[in-house]
Amino acid sequence: MKIHLSSVFVDDQDEALRFYTEVLGFLKKTEVPLGEDRWLTVVSPEDPEGPELLLEPAGHPAVKPFRDALFEDGIPATAFAVRDVHAEFARLRGLGVRFTQEPLEMGPVTTAVLDDTCGNLIQIVAAA
Amino acid sequence: MVDDLYKALADPTRRAILDELTERSGQTLFEICSRLSVRRQFDMSRQAVSQHLAVLEAAGLVETRREGRYKFHDLNTAPLRHIAERWIRADGPEGNP
Repeated sequence: MKIHLSSVFVDDQDEALRFYTEVLGFLKKTEVPLGEDRWLTVVSPEDPEGPELLLEPAGHPAVKPFRDALFEDGIPATAFAVRDVHAEFARLRGLGVRFTQEPLEMGPVTTAVLDDTCGNLIQIVAAA
Repeated sequence: MVDDLYKALADPTRRAILDELTERSGQTLFEICSRLSVRRQFDMSRQAVSQHLAVLEAAGLVETRREGRYKFHDLNTAPLRHIAERWIRADGPEGNP
């Protein structure tokens, strides 16, 4: 068994696709119309056949209180691996991305936390 | 308020929180919890950390700041002046007979 798909709830799929591809650098993998929404996934250009990230509409009424509570305490919805957290932090901040946690050495890893502008905090992580 | 200050400083976890906020002010609860568990090996729940933060906030040593959906914790060392003013003499050790 292996991880095939993970998901994040997004306020707006168009804006999410823009942020996850143009800013974070993922590639669009699947786009299938499903009523008002789409089955919309992205993958890493470093592993295009690897796990897909589903940009899932956040319309369900349970999503908002759940995400608001995580966001308020600064808790990331998920984490992405990068080679160099400091370099990625500098690149993304240059693109106007807001971080709630700047790069921090945490034992064996370095982490930082950014706002995906679609309702989630995302942790980036690399070996220290 | 001054009693709250001594109570807040009496606990090693709360002193560790102040140490971490000294390194970087403006931390989320998630960052404070991460620092305490990974860097300080304090084994405690997020709720316990929240309670320690509430004690520090009541003493005026930590202030919370909201920016839209963000909530950050800042260090405020101003209450520590009460301690200095109470016991530390302004004229220094060499000024006395």
